[in-house]
Amino acid sequence: MLVYLIRRIGQSLLVVAVMATLVFLAMYAVGDPVDILASPDADEFERRAIAQRLGLDRPLWEQFGIFVWNALHGDLGRSFVYNVPAVDVILQRLPATLELALAGLVFSILIGIPLGVLAGLKPNSLIGRSVMSGSILGFSLPNFWIGLMLILLFAVELRWLPAGGRGPTTSVLGLHFALFTWDGLKHLLLPALTLALYKSALVIRIAQAGTREVMLQDYIRFARAKGLSSRRIVLVHVLKNILIPVVTVLGLELGSMIAFAVVTETVFAYPGMGKLLIDSINRLDRPIIVAYLMLTVVIFVIINLIVDLLYAAIDPRVRLSEAKG
Amino acid sequence: MKQGIRRLALVAMPFAALAAAPAAAQELRIGLASEPTSMDPHFHNLGPNNALRKHIFEGLVTQDAEQKIRPELASSWRTLDDTTWEFKLRPNVKFSNGMDFTARDAIYTVCRVPTVENSPSSFTVATRGIVGMEAPDPHTLIIKTASPQPLLPNSMATLGILSAQANGAENVRFRAGGCEGLGTPPKSVEFNEPAKAIGTGPYKLANYTRGTHIVLERNETYWGQKPHWQKVTFRPMSSQGARVAGLLAGDVDLIENPPIQDFERIKGAGFEIAEGLSNRIIYIHLDQFNDPNWKTPGVKGTDGKNPFLDKRVRQAVSKAINRQAIVERIMGGHAVPAGELLPYPLFGATKDFPVEKYDPEGAKKLLAEAGYPNGFEVTLGTPNDRYINDEKIAQAVAQMLTRVGIKTNVDAMTASTFFTRRNKFEFSMYLAGWGADTGEMSNSMNALVVTLQPDKGLGGTNRGRYSNKQVDELVLKAMATVNDEAREKLLQEASKLAMSDYGIIPLHFEVTPWAFKKGLSYKPRVDQYTLATEVAPSGS
Repeated sequence: MLVYLIRRIGQSLLVVAVMATLVFLAMYAVGDPVDILASPDADEFERRAIAQRLGLDRPLWEQFGIFVWNALHGDLGRSFVYNVPAVDVILQRLPATLELALAGLVFSILIGIPLGVLAGLKPNSLIGRSVMSGSILGFSLPNFWIGLMLILLFAVELRWLPAGGRGPTTSVLGLHFALFTWDGLKHLLLPALTLALYKSALVIRIAQAGTREVMLQDYIRFARAKGLSSRRIVLVHVLKNILIPVVTVLGLELGSMIAFAVVTETVFAYPGMGKLLIDSINRLDRPIIVAYLMLTVVIFVIINLIVDLLYAAIDPRVRLSEAKG
Repeated sequence: MKQGIRRLALVAMPFAALAAAPAAAQELRIGLASEPTSMDPHFHNLGPNNALRKHIFEGLVTQDAEQKIRPELASSWRTLDDTTWEFKLRPNVKFSNGMDFTARDAIYTVCRVPTVENSPSSFTVATRGIVGMEAPDPHTLIIKTASPQPLLPNSMATLGILSAQANGAENVRFRAGGCEGLGTPPKSVEFNEPAKAIGTGPYKLANYTRGTHIVLERNETYWGQKPHWQKVTFRPMSSQGARVAGLLAGDVDLIENPPIQDFERIKGAGFEIAEGLSNRIIYIHLDQFNDPNWKTPGVKGTDGKNPFLDKRVRQAVSKAINRQAIVERIMGGHAVPAGELLPYPLFGATKDFPVEKYDPEGAKKLLAEAGYPNGFEVTLGTPNDRYINDEKIAQAVAQMLTRVGIKTNVDAMTASTFFTRRNKFEFSMYLAGWGADTGEMSNSMNALVVTLQPDKGLGGTNRGRYSNKQVDELVLKAMATVNDEAREKLLQEASKLAMSDYGIIPLHFEVTPWAFKKGLSYKPRVDQYTLATEVAPSGS
């Protein structure tokens, strides 16, 4: 087990190192930040001075060396545009994105599971069929279009909800959350719904398939024979058993919701991390882009590492085959 | 008795509600197309930052809606000789923390500018020429420059004045290359705290949350005319769709830059649009680098020759473009065809400067005369997310040029890539825009047509590398002429000369729109700034 652990950690570190190189070199190839940052009026002196201040006048290998050295000391650079550490800028946006992702998660469960179970119980009824074809819409409609339509309907026409942005925040443990005010929730509703629609379609499909499978199992038949109410059968025995795959999939999707809610955040002018990424790309704020991608890589690598280790712990076959190979 | 009070309260309630209504209308919410990157007035020399700065930190002088220089903290100024300026400062002006404004604060400001760390675009451009500053009395400021600098007031208009006292520099003394008694100049991040962002302006910073909002509060002790709005909230909404939706949904009261294609819808929903000419010219630059070792990168079918070195070819390009059609069809009428680089009435522009007539036959004839009866092939580089409809304009220009025989391909790309490639001279022909920040012609001429000489700080954006000695001489002479009238004449002459030589092909001036709810009015500004102080309830 220890050998396996060491080997897995080594591999993970390698992935992080390769990604760091790729991300840094790719950023270097995209364009010269001085061209974007400098006031158009700036003359050649000024442009050189900017390059010097931001360390862009050094050769590529030197810039990369400085980056690696600082990264090993936990410093991913300072934002060109804001002049504060890039990680701070990103973490400042983290609560907004976490909030959005969690709300999206809750919505996709609330929408997905009841509809999925319903469709699974009555697969050939009108309701079952329309839920299943409806879920195809959820898959295929583009995210930004759904967002725009929701804005048009609820914000512009009905004026029930704000069209974008984030509501007033309250400070909890030093972090700023908008979850705890009515106005904040109102701001969260539409973007969370947009984000949730695709995921709920996913949940519907999994829940429906699971329900159909579980309903044929012996223990359900036994429960029926015992005379349990169908309500109890569905709410306790079916639900418990279909939740396992749903949780697995949603757990994975949560990661992507946190890291890549870019489109939704842009449509709703929502100040989350995805919006920050897009803005930084447009402004060629290299340190933020690099730090963002590095954080994402590290998060994904850690999740994968944990999953792999869990597999190994659960299933001895993984361990054995790894040890031999 | 208790009953009586309750009844009184009931009677008073509707009045209370009435009284509350105008108070609620005291807030103005603005949707910004791009967010200022810092609250430090000297950190990033960039449009959105400079516009926000004007609310909190004032300059010695300011630019009005047409970019004419107007008094602000200085009530008057004059030149003592070609390199010495005297500014008379307004007495009885206080900073928002109650400290007095004096000449010392102006000196401190100029001293602090070069100390800003990691500035991505520094204001030293404005302070670089200054070699001496003195304050004979608290309300007189003498500035000496190394060489005659007619644009010193324009430079001063870009600098927000900080308080020397508030930053612990009571005894600051100007020394070229590093001031004395500067203390520890504040860091840029410190200005994000309202308590540190101390200026003399009509507004004070109340809250800044990056990416979410910037809240300003009226400065009740402001020396000048008090602004209408008690509270102003700026919200960054960089995506056009989100901005328009925010306005239509009532989230914000006024937005910057609504997209042209949404004008009908915005007006149809009962909102209003104000638009005004901007100082931004959209132009085409042609590679005219005259060097035996240089092969222009994007031209085919000329046996390696660069056709744009021939004035007749440049003229043919200009004649082949139907500017009126571009303005009407692509810009929906929201642009003005251009004959030179700056619109009248800005300083140095000529009234009724002729716009090149659309003449495809004439263009063909000129091409034949120049030895290209069958034309040639060229690639037109353009950004696709920087100027209003930039890629569409480039497509139209390409079709028009192809019609007269210059087969033109469009190479469109995102702005960050475009500018990097342009600055490496990778285009034989490119479309771009230029906004004259100073609002006068020497800025446009120096940037776009004066011979590129990086070491002298000249011709910085002349990436077509057009070079004409006469034009250079006229512009340089103008830049050293302090007398306004004489300078304007020189600039007009220089512009006429460069345009008749087709050194650059002007297309049109952009028009800047603002959209807002009924009951407001906004006076469009040539510099495209959105200023809350200029938003008024209509009729007042």
